[in-house]
Amino acid sequence: MFNRTPIAPLEYTRKLWMRSWVGLTMLFLYAPLILLMIFSFNDSKRNVVWKGFTLKYYEKALNNDSLVEALVNSLTIAALATIVSLVIGALAAVALWRFRFPFKGLVEGTMSLPIIVPEICLGVAFLIFFAKVDWPTDLPWPLNLSAITIAHITFCFPFVAMVVRARLASFNKEEEEAAKDLGATEWQAFRDVLLPHIRPALVAGALLAFTLSLDDFVITFFTSGPDTITFPVKVYSMVRFSVTPEVNAASTILILLTVILTFIALKLQGVKGIAETH
Amino acid sequence: MTQAKQPIIQIRNVSKRFGKVTAVDNISLDILAGEFFVLLGPSGCGKTTLLRMIAGFEMPTEGQIIIDGQDMSLVPPNKRPVNMVFQSYAVFPHMNVTDNVGYGLRISGVSKGEIRDRVAEALELVKLGGFEDRMPDQMSGGQRQRVALARSLVMRPKVLLLDEPLSALDAKLRAQMQFELSDLQDKVGITFVTVTHDQDEALSMASRVAVINKGEVAQLAPPADLYEYPANRFVADFVGSVNIFEGKLTLDEPDKAAVDCPGLGKIYLNHGVTGPHGADVWVALRPEKIYLHVPGEGKAVRAAAQDAPDGHNLARGTIKGMSYLGDITLYEIQLEGGQMIRVSRPNLSRHDQEDFTWDDKVSMHWRADSPVVLLS
Repeated sequence: MFNRTPIAPLEYTRKLWMRSWVGLTMLFLYAPLILLMIFSFNDSKRNVVWKGFTLKYYEKALNNDSLVEALVNSLTIAALATIVSLVIGALAAVALWRFRFPFKGLVEGTMSLPIIVPEICLGVAFLIFFAKVDWPTDLPWPLNLSAITIAHITFCFPFVAMVVRARLASFNKEEEEAAKDLGATEWQAFRDVLLPHIRPALVAGALLAFTLSLDDFVITFFTSGPDTITFPVKVYSMVRFSVTPEVNAASTILILLTVILTFIALKLQGVKGIAETH
Repeated sequence: MTQAKQPIIQIRNVSKRFGKVTAVDNISLDILAGEFFVLLGPSGCGKTTLLRMIAGFEMPTEGQIIIDGQDMSLVPPNKRPVNMVFQSYAVFPHMNVTDNVGYGLRISGVSKGEIRDRVAEALELVKLGGFEDRMPDQMSGGQRQRVALARSLVMRPKVLLLDEPLSALDAKLRAQMQFELSDLQDKVGITFVTVTHDQDEALSMASRVAVINKGEVAQLAPPADLYEYPANRFVADFVGSVNIFEGKLTLDEPDKAAVDCPGLGKIYLNHGVTGPHGADVWVALRPEKIYLHVPGEGKAVRAAAQDAPDGHNLARGTIKGMSYLGDITLYEIQLEGGQMIRVSRPNLSRHDQEDFTWDDKVSMHWRADSPVVLLS
């Protein structure tokens, strides 16, 4: 405002229309989330009018055993699905990058199918599949989560494979050859040269897989049983009665959780590393 | 340079085919211990494939590679007594200089103390003392190459392979590295095998050069022989700059020969060729071996009053093009018969180039032992 130098033609960041556009975009993206968070502190049974500040809905949410159980279930599934997806996805990506084999295109295409196929179809497919193979449902925790976890791995690992594949494209094969030339075995070359190169992609892929799994509703809805409620499914069932600030509080906790996790991952890796994968 | 004469690498009838493409076609050659061997050829001639087969990154389709008396057919790259400096240098980007150079020793289980000493020694050798903690992205291309060199030398290989070692460096640095590489090879006494498409590099560094064309060895000779006695048109043309005239061999005796070139007349040589009489041959003549002067008068720069001394060949033409290159000037001259001939002339004084200009009539002569007759 008190800038005396005139705005040069390419200084877009100082132009009013650019600034307002960015502001509007931010507002459009984040206003609902911010409202949700604000109303989690609302001292009212309904989510419409502001009645005053309170933390009692957080207390209520954290004392709601079935909600906490659902959250624990969700986190467990997400963790398991992420680990398995990372391994399968990374290996698939390396295999597709390294080798030439018959029907490679077909394998590549079918692998990314779970990304393309509408979730609802996948959900129904899993429902039918687990019923047909008579997948046991009365297993003790956490084995009772196996069906959901398997379903989640199915749609998570292609994302990991995709990100890792993109990262591999920038790998200089001569580096791996150099390692072998210096005496490294296949495994040592992988561990010392290829793995450090794809590490940012693994972090990015893990983040993707974890968040995808954590907030999946459709597929989970079709594969969960009465004892295996996940957080999104639980929230849905709560909303069916009424949207109380308790739901807001629970959602806010979940948002915070994912933001913190993402932040830690980015800190560990460096934002630059993640950005390089794309 | 100590030249032990036994071969360290024996390449025996090696061929490599990628599908229908033959990259290396039945090459056999010996690389001697302690020599600086250069594989020279245009891109796509198979020289890099040959080098990669020596390193073990490609398997020969046919034939055998023997290193230090041991057949390498079933030996993987990590078990071979050779090390390679890659074209991209392939320095590990996530390790600092010390870890890069020490990598090979570390995975082969050498003790920490010895690694430290040998890494320091190798860095000293490539003049990278003080760079121990640098990361590769904080270094220039030339410095990264030195890291790659040190990383290979520290392994004390029997043979060091270098894939286009100087191609990514600027002209000044390249010239400097040429000397340094020769010097280094002298110091460590390891056999160097280098791949390059740059003839200057090959001529200045090599003890012997194998010129590769279309997967075959076109000629294997020391650099000077390669330049002065090329075996065929490909080598004559690829190594250095050359004028080539097609003609028929009309006279071929032990002490003289003549080639009748249409439009140019007879080119005489003071030595025999031992080629089939009347056959199509080619005469190769280097531009710097031609004397240039103004016809028939005293302004001649090098020649005496007459156009050509005894025993010289003579030709006349008109200057059609000139390029001043600083140390020399290159002239494109149209002969009376219509062909173009290239003549280069050192600029011995600042005013040399003023002696000739476009459309000047000039005469040229060259010694009878300057041209080379090529049968293929």
